[in-house]
Amino acid sequence: MGVTTIKPGVLTTVQDWGRSGYMGSGFSPSGVMDTRAFRIANLLVDNSQNAPVLEFCLAGPTLRFTTNTFIAITGGDFDPKVDGRPVPMYAAVFVRRGSVLSFGAPRRGMYGYLAVAGESFRVPEVMGSRSTNLKCGIGGWKGRALNTGDYLPFETKGLDFLPNLGSHALNGDAAFYGFDETETVLRVVPGPQDSLFTERGMATFFEEPFSTTTKCDRMGFRLDGPEIETVNGSDIISDGIAYGAVQIPSHGRPIIMLADRQTTGGYAKIGTVVSVDVPKLVQCAPGRTIRFKRISVQEAQQLFREEARHMKALEKMVRRPCSGGISPRRTARRLTPILEAQALASDGEKLWIELSQTDAHKHATARGEQG
Amino acid sequence: MRNECAVTDFAITIAGDSALNLEFATTISAQTSGLIRTAAQTLEQDPIEGVRELVPTFCSLMVIYDPCAIGFDELVAKIRGKLRNLNSAENEVRRICVIPVCYGGAFGPDMQTVMEHSGLSEDDVVRIHTGHDYLIDMLGFLPGFAYLGGLDERLHTPRLAVPRTKIEAGSVGIGGAQTGIYPLDSPGGWQIIGRSPVRPYDPTREQPILYSAGEYLRFSPITPEQYAAIETQITAGEYEYEFIVEGA
Repeated sequence: MGVTTIKPGVLTTVQDWGRSGYMGSGFSPSGVMDTRAFRIANLLVDNSQNAPVLEFCLAGPTLRFTTNTFIAITGGDFDPKVDGRPVPMYAAVFVRRGSVLSFGAPRRGMYGYLAVAGESFRVPEVMGSRSTNLKCGIGGWKGRALNTGDYLPFETKGLDFLPNLGSHALNGDAAFYGFDETETVLRVVPGPQDSLFTERGMATFFEEPFSTTTKCDRMGFRLDGPEIETVNGSDIISDGIAYGAVQIPSHGRPIIMLADRQTTGGYAKIGTVVSVDVPKLVQCAPGRTIRFKRISVQEAQQLFREEARHMKALEKMVRRPCSGGISPRRTARRLTPILEAQALASDGEKLWIELSQTDAHKHATARGEQG
Repeated sequence: MRNECAVTDFAITIAGDSALNLEFATTISAQTSGLIRTAAQTLEQDPIEGVRELVPTFCSLMVIYDPCAIGFDELVAKIRGKLRNLNSAENEVRRICVIPVCYGGAFGPDMQTVMEHSGLSEDDVVRIHTGHDYLIDMLGFLPGFAYLGGLDERLHTPRLAVPRTKIEAGSVGIGGAQTGIYPLDSPGGWQIIGRSPVRPYDPTREQPILYSAGEYLRFSPITPEQYAAIETQITAGEYEYEFIVEGA
């Protein structure tokens, strides 16, 4: 059971939270670019938090499913379709055996996610993670991005899980990303080398607008904008680079360091984008206006904990049985595709309720034979 | 220069909501590396709940943590408490990882350049290069790429004018005042003087990288025949990596 890759898309990789514990040895943590979309995709299909997903950038893959299952698509909106028909994002979507998932033109965002029910893709754990590290060629699917013809296996639970998943849906996440707003505000905790910048440099950074460029990838996003002034150059003795660190190289424009960043570097870091805001950045297409807002580390950690609570609440809401309320018509509508699916899955051999095994049926058969 | 046994202070800087740096010095030195090593060991042996990983670099130690488990102020207080009596270079144990290297010939295409630049014979280059242990100041740039301190000045050689697009894993080179071994195939501009059959990096090994910051590397010269023999052993999974512990 799994998916066959008909078209691989641009950069489709298996990712999870990332490979922690090896930064000290020089390994990028890897992992998903948009941690929020990743978490939501997994919770929509009842997966554990760290189940590996497929991440794709702008051009999504075309995949054929070899079994019936539920999937969830989150993050950037690239017009997902199953067998040519549009399917909702931020919802558990049923796909039949033989169905083809494809994507159209990117509408908003940069990175999309696909989670499959039943703990998603079956790839070996390397150094504690299933994330693809492209530079080292480890993790994920053979340490690389998907190619045409790749068959990616996934786990599937029995069909008994399906009725619950049918009602899992959210109203998207556009408000969080601010897709409809004209600019993206990223909150930044100053440091560790903010003291290497002049007062004017700090003012430029926190008051002037910057914009995303085409120079953006899993390593980092380079921004364009006014030059940020340093006291005496931005070279430092190389030190560790945190997730979301804002490096200012000698040209004076920010580079925000992301999942595939190098672990150490010799440019001064003016600040660090707070963890909860990194997903907003990675979904910014080139040319988007970015503003930085200064906050304290205590405030940033408060936001971090609020986000964790929010995700817990979201999970509860999604998993509430019959979140659509009890309506016979709605329930019937929801059950029909599930029953159809089960009939299809049975291949005409067995029905989903084994009548011959119920006592009543046995008695009836016995009486019939005697009569 | 500070007293070797002085209790040392460090500054704490903020690296966002999930990391902080302990900054021990502003210049690179063996003493600073030793101090960072000791601090990292202290925090590893007696871990603080919520701390996820440590990234030692030349002059600082990054502490990555989970803000849901511990807040910044509490973590700072705990670290200060644990590292209050941090001494450098006291009862120091040196762990040395021995790297067999076949110098010159096909494995060291730039040996000639280094000889010409230094005016030394090949034997002298090898003798000097293998003459002492190198302290690993930091790992970075590539997984397992060790920044080594203390290359003999006579061997300092400028980098290649045009970097190679591919340098084989295990290659040992000199780049300016630095020397080191390439843990995996990579582009690079260093003068390659030899190659080791050992794999500093192997993702399938329990310890994917053979060494860590604060330890030492010792290059030991081998013949092409020994190179072939070790390579065979490694392929068969029978090679025993050599580690020496001194001062224990």
